Amino acid sequence: MKKLATEEREGMSLIVGTVTHWVCAFIVLFGLYIVAYGHLTPGGGFAGGVILACGFILLMLAFGRKRLAAILPLSRASALDCIGALAFWVLATAGILFGGGVFFRNFLPLGKRLRLWSAGIIPLCNVAIALKVCASLVLVLVALSVLRVKAGGTDEDFITDIEEK
Amino acid sequence: MVYLLCLIVFSIGIYGVLTQRNLIKIILSLAVAESAVNIFLVLLGYRTKGIAPIDDGTAANFAGAAVDPLPQAMVLTAIVIGLGVLALSMVIAIRLYHRYGTYDITKIRKLRG
Amino acid sequence: MDPLPLLVAVPLLAGFVLPLAPKHRIRLTDFFALVTSAALVALAIAALRQPDCAYHVGGWGPRAGGPPLGITLVLDGASKLMVLIIAVVTFAVILYSPSYMARFTGKRKFYSLFFLMVAGMNGVVLTGDMFNLFVFLEIASIASYALVAFGCEKQELEASFRYLVLGSIASYMILLGVGLLYAKMGTVNMAHLSSKIAAAGGLAGAGPVTEAGKASALLIFATTLFICGLGLKAALVPFHAWLPDAHPSAPTPISAMLSGLLIKAIGVYALTRVLFTVIGMSDVGTPTLCNLIMVLGILSMVGGGFLAIGQQDFKRLLAYSSISQVGYVILGIGLATPLGIAAGLFHLLNHAIFKSLLFLNAGAVEYRTGTRRLDEMGGLNKRMPATGATSFVGSMSIAGVPPFNGFFSKLLIILACVAAGRYVFASIAVVVSVITLGYFLKVQKQAFFGALKDKWQHVREVPTMMAASMILLALLCLATSALMFKGPRDFFLGHAQRSFTQRQRYVDRVMRPTTADARESTERMD
Repeated sequence: MKKLATEEREGMSLIVGTVTHWVCAFIVLFGLYIVAYGHLTPGGGFAGGVILACGFILLMLAFGRKRLAAILPLSRASALDCIGALAFWVLATAGILFGGGVFFRNFLPLGKRLRLWSAGIIPLCNVAIALKVCASLVLVLVALSVLRVKAGGTDEDFITDIEEK
Repeated sequence: MVYLLCLIVFSIGIYGVLTQRNLIKIILSLAVAESAVNIFLVLLGYRTKGIAPIDDGTAANFAGAAVDPLPQAMVLTAIVIGLGVLALSMVIAIRLYHRYGTYDITKIRKLRG
Repeated sequence: MDPLPLLVAVPLLAGFVLPLAPKHRIRLTDFFALVTSAALVALAIAALRQPDCAYHVGGWGPRAGGPPLGITLVLDGASKLMVLIIAVVTFAVILYSPSYMARFTGKRKFYSLFFLMVAGMNGVVLTGDMFNLFVFLEIASIASYALVAFGCEKQELEASFRYLVLGSIASYMILLGVGLLYAKMGTVNMAHLSSKIAAAGGLAGAGPVTEAGKASALLIFATTLFICGLGLKAALVPFHAWLPDAHPSAPTPISAMLSGLLIKAIGVYALTRVLFTVIGMSDVGTPTLCNLIMVLGILSMVGGGFLAIGQQDFKRLLAYSSISQVGYVILGIGLATPLGIAAGLFHLLNHAIFKSLLFLNAGAVEYRTGTRRLDEMGGLNKRMPATGATSFVGSMSIAGVPPFNGFFSKLLIILACVAAGRYVFASIAVVVSVITLGYFLKVQKQAFFGALKDKWQHVREVPTMMAASMILLALLCLATSALMFKGPRDFFLGHAQRSFTQRQRYVDRVMRPTTADARESTERMD
């Protein structure tokens, strides 16, 4: 990663790389905080998921796509995407089974106001949404960066390190 | 008055969609129009000297003092939808460049209207 | 278990589980898709037998005489009819898809997007909340933009981009309309909006300076936005420009879904629901609005009909004829009389069936011959008997030849026009029907009858599943003619049109205060 031959180094310069090393963990931590306190402060699943995705995208921008693929390959991101959506679906449908037959009812205990463990299924929904949004945004941005195309070219110009179309 | 500004920005977005020739600029104009509609919705809930709609028990007349949270929830959803449309349109634009060799919409006219 | 939320939840589940399926077990994916669509049909039939009800999601129903706090799903006559149509046509298209889509990679993504579109359509049909209508409309629309571009060929991408841009502008107009209604009335729940708009004097209102007058000016603006936005989704004539490009370019199962279901569920049905239940259109109260809708219908009928005559591309001709037939539906609905609405909904049901059938036929011909141009085909009846026979049934249905269903629904629309005193519209409808017969006879002659060209000597019939789905739809074309008889007509169509003409009953059903459980708010079906 720290090759000095500039035409072989992926990603950006050494300064960006070093700062990213320090900052990336904080970005992810901040994103997790926004997600966890989503039912109390502004933010929640979507905003927290976007911040989490930004952490991963920063990795991709600073170090190149292969470094990101070592942590979060596209197949895993796609699977996490679906798992996040399915977790949300399970939470919503569990209202039918546990909440007395009503779709999406808040069936977990509501707890005291303004505590972290309160508001029933809402924090869990936030986590599921954050997972889905983070995975989706990473997928979208990696897919957009992979499409390295020539004008009017044929299919072979697509970089094919995504497993399927 | 501020609602009129939102509608003007929406019209600017629509004008951009109609007159721009570059695909990417059309997508950007669409994003401008979407932002205008979202701002319009959020401003609907505003109340002068209102407090944030988080009830921690300290406000005397919470329902009368807080800004309306329903448009905020609606706009969150609308922003996510706009993000989805934007991402899809960007990918389609890149693929169009790959196939046609140009971003100019007047040249991407293989289909009769 | 209540089928209402499951009708939206089950396709969503399929949409998110299918991409997780293992890549090498394609048959498993096909089987799962088939099971899901069969489950949808079962749920739709269960919903038919349930009395009309309002389902408050999450239990957030009305408290002590106020409006419902959360999102309401409403099941009434029209919703039941639409849900049934969506389920049946989806099942037929899913039967058709595995063989046709085998040439594309990414089949799991196809099914996933497909079921997301179906979930969106079911949501639009069932919802009782304006913003929820927008959200489900967007789910269905975005899935359809991606599906139109699925093959990533030149034409598909160009058509999809145009469809995306126009569809997004329409959606933002709808969102603006919802925002305007919220601004004035303070609620987005359809029933609550309905009662508030009725109390404020509706579209008529007083003069321009009073409070009621200002409300009515804003209401007129919102109605215009809805007509433009939802009219684009329904491909009415000033807003139809995307349809002749998008429907032919999409892969055939998607063309069938788009033309057969999407423009009707999210276009015509949403427009009808908004205009009748929320805004309060009626034939005596809002004559200008009714005239406007009828004129849009006539323009679509005539425009689509004339533009279809000169087409040489099979699917493009079918797309223009979709515009024409949707014009018939809008004409019937614009009459706003019980007979008119019932006739419009009958034609909507019929068109869903025979237009999907015709698109599946066009796809079958393309699957075997590789071309969509009518002048290159010829005499295919000898080599593709099932496709030829079902296409004959479909063409006779859409042209309005008895005993197929198209004849009865067009007859009902013309009778409704005459009963309302609109003789000019009725005669235009008859003329366009003759024109439709003309160009479909041309299609039949050029593609199926006549001498078999030498290059088609090797062509065989399509695989069994594709033929089975086409035969199923063709049989339904005959079966739905039975809706002319009094019993089924009253059960399906009478009940459906009452959900639009009897506005107060809708409002009462949704706003009835609940006790502990949301399912208490049911009533007997009349």
